[in-house]
Amino acid sequence: MNNARENILNHLRTNRKTNTPLPEAIFPEDNWEREHKITQISERMQAVHTEVHRIPTDGMAEWFQQQLPLRKLNRVLLGDNELANTIESSMPPSIQVTRYLRDIEEWKQELFQDIDAGITSTFGAIAETGSLILWPNHEEPRLMSLVPPIHIAVLKADDIYVSFAEAIDKQQWGNYMPANALLISGPSKTADIEQTLVYGVHGPRQLIVLILE
Amino acid sequence: MQQTESFKKRIDKALHNEQARINFRSGMSGLMTKRATQFNDDQELQNMRDHARAIRSYSLSHLPELLEQLEQKLVSNGIQVHWAENSKQANEIIYQILKKADAKTVVKGKSMVSEETGLNEYLEHKDIEILESDLGEFIIQLAKEMPSHIVMPAIHKNCKEVAELFKKHFPDLPYTENIEELTLMARNILRDKFVKADAGISGVNFAVAETGTLCLVENEGNGRMSTTTPNLHIAITGIEKVVARLSDVPPLFSILTKSALGQPITAYFNMISRPRPANEKDGPQHVHLVLLDNRRSQIRMDDELLDTLRCIRCGSCINHCPVYVQLGGHAYGTVYPGPIGSVLEPQRLGLDKIGALTSACTLCGACGEVCPVQIPLPKLINRLRAESVNSQRSEAQISGKGSLRKMLEANTWVLWKWIYANPGLYRVFRWAARRFRKLSPNRLGGWTQYRTAPVPAAKSLQQLAREEGFSNE
Ligand code: SF4
Repeated sequence: MNNARENILNHLRTNRKTNTPLPEAIFPEDNWEREHKITQISERMQAVHTEVHRIPTDGMAEWFQQQLPLRKLNRVLLGDNELANTIESSMPPSIQVTRYLRDIEEWKQELFQDIDAGITSTFGAIAETGSLILWPNHEEPRLMSLVPPIHIAVLKADDIYVSFAEAIDKQQWGNYMPANALLISGPSKTADIEQTLVYGVHGPRQLIVLILE
Repeated sequence: MQQTESFKKRIDKALHNEQARINFRSGMSGLMTKRATQFNDDQELQNMRDHARAIRSYSLSHLPELLEQLEQKLVSNGIQVHWAENSKQANEIIYQILKKADAKTVVKGKSMVSEETGLNEYLEHKDIEILESDLGEFIIQLAKEMPSHIVMPAIHKNCKEVAELFKKHFPDLPYTENIEELTLMARNILRDKFVKADAGISGVNFAVAETGTLCLVENEGNGRMSTTTPNLHIAITGIEKVVARLSDVPPLFSILTKSALGQPITAYFNMISRPRPANEKDGPQHVHLVLLDNRRSQIRMDDELLDTLRCIRCGSCINHCPVYVQLGGHAYGTVYPGPIGSVLEPQRLGLDKIGALTSACTLCGACGEVCPVQIPLPKLINRLRAESVNSQRSEAQISGKGSLRKMLEANTWVLWKWIYANPGLYRVFRWAARRFRKLSPNRLGGWTQYRTAPVPAAKSLQQLAREEGFSNE
């Protein structure tokens, strides 16, 4: 071991004369009407190629029933929670359902090759920037929203916050942070070659959001 | 003065690279236009900048306490923390972690700090396969080049050059100049690497002391891949990146993406606070953070130069720099180019090594105006110019102070100061300058390389004024 830690900290401690105050945290307005939040988030998301559907909560299973075969998404990945149970129970037999029940090490190759779409819930969303909040956990692991070429996310309309700051505050992120918290604001994209925008570089090519009302 | 000569050579080379100049010009104007669309209310922009600046200033003034808090939080979350005073230590630490885990292949997310330490080269020498996964970084790794921009590392290449590069490295794949197809190719090549990699290495955009959280900003998803798929994740960051609270993150994140890319937000914001918990099924079981000093603690000692460390690496100053747009990034010869490079690199590497960068500036002020954390870049460039020609100017511990001093230049100024401060002498000088104006030198070093030398006027301003009837000087 070296003394790097002590050397660096001691060096830093020798200069503390510039004590500046901690700026007040800004809390942007959070009094948007529910409808306004939904239209804002939809617009923002659509502006970056996200597909958004507003559907009644009890119409969700039907949406999957119809849309998955229509879009030829024959191999879907589900988690291990109520949402997954509801979706699977109404799935037509032509769709092959995989549940994310094993550690990634046991089926990495399979996950990368044999899945057409991953379906997850969300922990909330942000209207201002058109972002989904995901807190992956043992029921819905991290790679579900990253590896499959299509990510379908289910969002409850009541869980939409105006801003990121509001979500952090109201959901009390400061008390506990999960291993991984994510904001997802569209499909994966790049503009690294000649600044030309291309969707679907390393993550999903397509992001589909179902807003349940 | 050797550095000045080699800088001039690099400039000359850059100015003769027609294609790259076209690419830089269009790249930078694109980025400037996009940024402008995000800030259409000047007052709001100013408020955002004030806030971002205050957050960063607080971090710097409380740096030792915040770093200790960050370390304590990370460790209690299960993330191991390492400290490195310089590049060599950082590389060694990372190598030892990889070795202990028996990791042979590594995928990497974009990290300027790792460019700073020369990590790739170091690990390659140790027979570790390290692959850049950000598309831009992937391209320049294939080309064996340095990033030419801190946000857009391959901005100097056009699609044709990328196509040829891919052809050379992947001869089995069909040749295409279609950007979408090229991107898809890179996706397929890298997907396979993500599956097989033993470890992932990434940078950090903000490290939150309050919760022990590492934040990564990206559009591609390669950062998430690198930090989620392999069982080992090593993050490396400069000690200045720490912020106090979670509530500091939204304003910084917002002004960062708007300034850097002209996007209200990026596709992904990835916040990592712990390794994979026992009941979870993916994510790395081992997470490490390497905190690198590399003279940052030294820069922080000076109350003016300290502002350098507020930087959130958005690249805006670079995009708006009239010198960078002509030269591109490689001419600077350093990891960080443009205005921030001209300020940071001489402090990091020494004025005697790379102080000449401070001359690549017209003091137009554009960089300081767009900087989201209000770093007074032109003022700092001026300060470093002064330090580079005068070793006595301040107490600041910058290596190579006074190394660019030229005796003739210095003595000329001493002489001029003496004349100018002495009315009698000044009158004699003025008379002589006019009387012998034909004899004034026509070769004045760098000034006359591209310009003609100024010749004193036949009549002085005073004389002209008197002739016009102004009696009172
Ligand atoms: S100095 Fe300012 S403008 Fe330049 S990269 Fe840093 S934060 Fe951005």
